[in-house]
Amino acid sequence: MTHLLRSAWVVGRRDFTATVFSKAFIFFLIGPLFPVLLAGLFGGIGARVASQAEQPRVAVIAPASDFAKLAAAREQLGEAMGDRPIVELVEVPPRPDTQAQVRDLLASKHHSVVAVLTGAFDQPRLTGAVDEDGTVAGQLGLLLSAAQSGPKPLEVAPTARSSGSVDRTRSITAQTGQMILFFLTIILAGMTLSQLIEEKSNKVIEVLAAAVPIESIFIGKLFAMLATSLVGIAVWLSVGIAAMAMFTHDGAGSIPAPAVGTAAFLILTLIYFAMNYLLLGSVFLSIGAQASTVREVQTLSMPVTVAQVLIFGFAALAVGSPDSPMAIAGAVFPLSSPLVMVARAAEKPELWPHLVAILWQVLWIALVVSVSARLFRRTVLKSGPAKRRWWKRAAA
Amino acid sequence: MLRQAASHARPGEYAVEAKDLVKDFGDMRAVDGVSLGVPAGSIYGLLGPNGAGKTTTLRILLGIIDPSSGTRRVLGHERPLDAAPRIGYLPEERGLYPAMHCRDAIAFMGALRGLPLAEGRRRADELLAGHGLGDWARKPIRTLSKGMAQTVQLLGTIVHRPALLVLDEPFAGLDAINQARLEEMIRREAHSGVTIIFSTHVIAHAERLCERIAIIAKGKVAFEGAVDEARARLRPIVRLRTRSDDGPWRSAIPAGARRHGKEWVFELPESGPEPLLKALIDGGAGIETLAIERPGLHDAFVAIAGDKAAAQMVEGPAR
Repeated sequence: MTHLLRSAWVVGRRDFTATVFSKAFIFFLIGPLFPVLLAGLFGGIGARVASQAEQPRVAVIAPASDFAKLAAAREQLGEAMGDRPIVELVEVPPRPDTQAQVRDLLASKHHSVVAVLTGAFDQPRLTGAVDEDGTVAGQLGLLLSAAQSGPKPLEVAPTARSSGSVDRTRSITAQTGQMILFFLTIILAGMTLSQLIEEKSNKVIEVLAAAVPIESIFIGKLFAMLATSLVGIAVWLSVGIAAMAMFTHDGAGSIPAPAVGTAAFLILTLIYFAMNYLLLGSVFLSIGAQASTVREVQTLSMPVTVAQVLIFGFAALAVGSPDSPMAIAGAVFPLSSPLVMVARAAEKPELWPHLVAILWQVLWIALVVSVSARLFRRTVLKSGPAKRRWWKRAAA
Repeated sequence: MLRQAASHARPGEYAVEAKDLVKDFGDMRAVDGVSLGVPAGSIYGLLGPNGAGKTTTLRILLGIIDPSSGTRRVLGHERPLDAAPRIGYLPEERGLYPAMHCRDAIAFMGALRGLPLAEGRRRADELLAGHGLGDWARKPIRTLSKGMAQTVQLLGTIVHRPALLVLDEPFAGLDAINQARLEEMIRREAHSGVTIIFSTHVIAHAERLCERIAIIAKGKVAFEGAVDEARARLRPIVRLRTRSDDGPWRSAIPAGARRHGKEWVFELPESGPEPLLKALIDGGAGIETLAIERPGLHDAFVAIAGDKAAAQMVEGPAR
């Protein structure tokens, strides 16, 4: 046992230093910035395009004074609705033949309106390709009544928090926790796999296998990448807290504490991340042991990745209803358990379910790691095109 | 100074023993009943053409793979990995991390065998300097030439001062100068008491270095013993040139003799050289030249493993 652990330490230490002191690790650290930037950039553009596309135009045939009231009401409603699309109004001065004017406007490609509002405030009438109970009709109804009665003064007495706002924020924390766990695990398992394939292709694996038990290689690699990820998490957390301190009033304190408390949540998140990674990482390593080229790895790991995405979707259903049968099923199923339980930690204060879940997950990790390590031992040195692998035999 | 390993090597003791090793890969039998004994402190060669089963045999001996049946004992251990700290191994397909610095690569290989990293680095510096690579100690492996990288890997196999060195095709890919250096290093290690096993398909290396050999063909041991024993399986070879083309002396030439131009080549008859000489002289052969040669290992290999296996072997440059 001592020899096994000592050898795992030697292998793990090499992998850890080789990864952390490489240029690729800098990209790993700044990696999360890219999705944030891309989301910001494309999200903004997309939202604007979507908003423009979804904003229906309505021609308003009314005197200038009536239109001004309607336009003012629209501006107020627009502010209250935030980013949601609101009907766009086009001012059209009235002509003697209103019916003909309506027909012309609906046919006109220049104005490109979905409907025409006539009759102003006395007898408002909407003509066009809209439903009676639809959004356009509903919004115009609100605008007309707001334009007629004017804005109602509303006294606002703000409080720091309410149960509704805390629940909402905790749900966001739960979702964020799940997403971080999911993406980080997928990235790290992929990195572990790449390293193994690299070692197989540059034949280092035989040097290792001749000197130390294969199980040590497996365990060393698995835990080296876990340690690497913890370095990454520590950096991201520090940067995140520093950014919040710079850009928000109360810093990290502005976020409502997760249900189990901030410290406990962070510890549980780390534990569940480790559990999730060890489960998926060992499956990926045993896949890597069977493959000798990147193409084979892609073929073999695709089903696992797709399955993991489905599991992530399943676990996401638990957010917002941690005691639902779906959430309990997700907590029991070993592969989704860490994801479901991290969400629960954000939303429910009891700690004992976490203790039970962690023990349950440890049991499964022991099982999966042991089976994967055995598979790894059997297959890792069988490389090269000479032998047909089981999936090729099955395909033949 | 003899190493710690040497103190374990007692005359007549085997450093490595294998009995009836069999290894099947699916339907293919790669190793078929291999038995061998490597005396402690000796240089032992595994000879055979490519695909004969040498690498698989070495992998089994090292515990990288388990045999389908049979037993092995390495430095007194039934489980070879238990002896790993006292073994150095150079695989046929060399493996180094391209981004690692030379001294770190050597120290890492030592660390895998239980040598503390700091001590490994210290020894790595010494070894690199001793092999003319001192300036490369802090350069990444990827910047080295193939021969230099091979030297670094070789230094990594001896950095922990093993009692047993297993080298799989160590001369492959080396130029003549580096081959000579490697031969020198093998002799030096053996002199300090290290047991060395190496596989090769170049007969000349085995002939120059080995005390004992195993000839492997199609997964089986065709011969195992001292190099001289292998040679002794053949009778000495006679090469004869005569001034006369024909005459009574022709009756002294054995039936299986081959003729290359004016030269006759045949095995020395069992009666020995004297009756042959007498018959040639009395028969008026007019002897121009006559040489009686001891058969080389290549001749022995042909006799033992057959022409087909020998055709895949490299005789190697004569030195």
